[in-house]
Amino acid sequence: MRQMVSFKDLPEEELFLAGSTACQGCPSSLALRIAFKALGSNTILIVVASCTSVLQGSYPLSAIDLPLMNVAFATGGASASGVVAGIKAMAKKGELDEEPTVLVWAGDGGTYDIGIQSLSGAAERGTDFIYVCYNNEMYSNTGTQRSGATPLGAWTTTTPGGKAQHRKDIAQIMIAHRIPYVATVSLAHPLDFYQKMLKAKSIKGTKYVEILAPCPPGWKFPSSQMIEVSRMAVQSGMWLLYEHEDGETRFTGATKRMIEGKVRKKPVKDYLEIQGRFRQILASPEGQKAEDMLEEEVSESIRRLQGWVPEYI
Amino acid sequence: MRVLETGNHLVALAANAAAVEVVPAYPITPQTQIIEMVAELIVEGKMDAEYIPVESEHSACAALVSASLTGARAFSATSAHGLAYMHEMLHFAAGIRVPAVMVNVNRALGPGWNIWCDHQDSISQRDTGWLQVYVSSHQEVVDTVIQAYRITEDHSVLLPLMLNLDAFVLSHTYMDADVPDREEVSRYLPGYRPLWKLDPRKPVTHGSVVYPVDFSETRESMQLGQDNARSVVSRAAEEFRDVFGRWHGAMVDGYLMEDAEFLIVAMGSIAAESKVAVDGLRARGKSVGLLRVRFFRPFPIEELRELCAGREGLLVIDRDYSYGMEGALYTEVKAALYGHQVVPARSLIVGLGGRDVTHELIADYACKAWDGQLGEITWGDSHITRAHEITREVLCEFEELLDT
Amino acid sequence: MSRDDESVGYITSISRPVKGCAGDTGEWRVFRPVKDDDKCNNCLLCWVYCPEASIAKDTLEIDFQYCKGCGICAVECPTGAIEMVKEEKR
Repeated sequence: MRQMVSFKDLPEEELFLAGSTACQGCPSSLALRIAFKALGSNTILIVVASCTSVLQGSYPLSAIDLPLMNVAFATGGASASGVVAGIKAMAKKGELDEEPTVLVWAGDGGTYDIGIQSLSGAAERGTDFIYVCYNNEMYSNTGTQRSGATPLGAWTTTTPGGKAQHRKDIAQIMIAHRIPYVATVSLAHPLDFYQKMLKAKSIKGTKYVEILAPCPPGWKFPSSQMIEVSRMAVQSGMWLLYEHEDGETRFTGATKRMIEGKVRKKPVKDYLEIQGRFRQILASPEGQKAEDMLEEEVSESIRRLQGWVPEYI
Repeated sequence: MRVLETGNHLVALAANAAAVEVVPAYPITPQTQIIEMVAELIVEGKMDAEYIPVESEHSACAALVSASLTGARAFSATSAHGLAYMHEMLHFAAGIRVPAVMVNVNRALGPGWNIWCDHQDSISQRDTGWLQVYVSSHQEVVDTVIQAYRITEDHSVLLPLMLNLDAFVLSHTYMDADVPDREEVSRYLPGYRPLWKLDPRKPVTHGSVVYPVDFSETRESMQLGQDNARSVVSRAAEEFRDVFGRWHGAMVDGYLMEDAEFLIVAMGSIAAESKVAVDGLRARGKSVGLLRVRFFRPFPIEELRELCAGREGLLVIDRDYSYGMEGALYTEVKAALYGHQVVPARSLIVGLGGRDVTHELIADYACKAWDGQLGEITWGDSHITRAHEITREVLCEFEELLDT
Repeated sequence: MSRDDESVGYITSISRPVKGCAGDTGEWRVFRPVKDDDKCNNCLLCWVYCPEASIAKDTLEIDFQYCKGCGICAVECPTGAIEMVKEEKR
């Protein structure tokens, strides 16, 4: 059972330092802040090339008060394997009192696309680390191009007519690696996020946590709406909160209440309409079809997840 | 301990003697024996290292870099396409300044697919910031793996090193060699003391974004590391000789050079073969010597200027080619001498894709070069075979398709 | 040899963690969050949701040196205690 926590329990210490180079309302900044509160200062952070390589500031100053290694785009998993092995060697020599937690921080480009092989390799090797994918559903850092995480219908600079394909479900791919812990989280549910990070820290082996990271300039909504968009993603089912452990999936928080029928699922359209990136497709003759296809994607995702949930099997 | 082993196995034994702590590796012919033996030594409890069975060479180099940045002594091995696949990470390793060591078993790059020896793989990585050394004997393989960490971990260098040995000629042939034990080696090579690392006691950011206003100095600093390596290489070789009584040269090695009127300049196993050629030529009264380039990066500029002075000519042998130009070693030798020495030089391209290079062939071209019978660049073992004629026939058939 | 002094010897891309690595990012603000302490019920939501770590947990005071004025605190405040007010010209 998870311990109940409240905001009061979150540590005051900030390892993400104010005055960074992040955009206003940046979801990755907020996610880093909360993740660091869960993991503490005995953490080695590996940042895969992404917005986070940039929002941490530039030489010779940094906004991140942890030992941090910026790594090449395709190397999140492998870099973690190297650090974990290095830590073991240092511990053997007595040069470390307590083995640090190894955290990889990567965007969806570095996870779904160019980094999937390296991540898959590290997971198969059972590298003891936490991999966090902050998924803003596009290559935000390079100016909002399409990625394997971009949802159907979404505008990006390389899908000017709206993306024609569905996004892939990488959390399910990670579950297929038989790793001990997979979780999805939302910035609108920070305690759930915090607790899942605490749990990930407590488990040995490869842990995969994915955060939906609505990017205000990329998704075209005001920065003040970042939490609201995150919340609506969950309420519409476009982002499902769950954790997978010991071969079983548990829906969590707002998604659990939605699946149990305690709160009504909102139409996907409500979520699409509060962002600019779906404006074009919604206004086009294809709009209704895209909306239906996304609703079907949500239903299909829920059915697939239910296949892992004991009470639905 | 004296052993009879393949060059590859000697690499693994030497890495163990050098007390490497992390070995990320991915198999590729002709390197596989190295990592197989590392895995075996670890399982048998004879080697105290973390083996990371990565899923690609790109990942091997990424893990090599990150393990090294934790302060551990890291080692890997690869070849040809594996090295090419690492290319991005080779730059990364040098740019983030980790003193890792990697063995590259020199092999041709395809297509056409070819697992045999040439230097195209490592020569193509010339500008990544790595130190590059080419060895020419089994004992030198062992001794250079050990020397390598003395060089890279020196705080005035802190750049990775690529140790190149020729596929099959060295990697798969058995030879008697002395492998010192860890205890002996530790007297020559103490544990790695990183100047900077990933350490929760000192949280800093490695590999930050660097703007144009500050970038050039980071690159000049890499060049300074390469420059500093010159004296460190010599010191490492000299102290190695003091401790172990063996000498393979420092930046360069030579054979009957002192009184030679003509020099063969070569790297790797062709240099070993060239010694036999030199002996043959000397027996015929020809005053020829061998200048073996051991370190290709940093390049032995001063040594070449000094050693080539007053010679009647040079034959520079390349087992690689920089397309659109010439053999890479030939370019470098000429560049080193330019404005300092006027020595006629000729380029010989041989041994690509593992073709055997005999001492007779080397001696023959050395004579021709000295006698002024060679054009500037000679593809010395190039000849059309029945196979090439079949290709021509196929191409003719394609031409006919164009006409229909 | 590029130069005699060894001053570039160790120049590598290492950075030191500091507050304000991008300077006083408060200067980016177009709108300023203004908190009505009478309405505030100390729920800590604004502290939790601040992407720039610019609200103090104990006092809930906003650090205007760094607050970029994203407006999340104002939108999310359950009691409506925070209002975004246009910054005066500096």
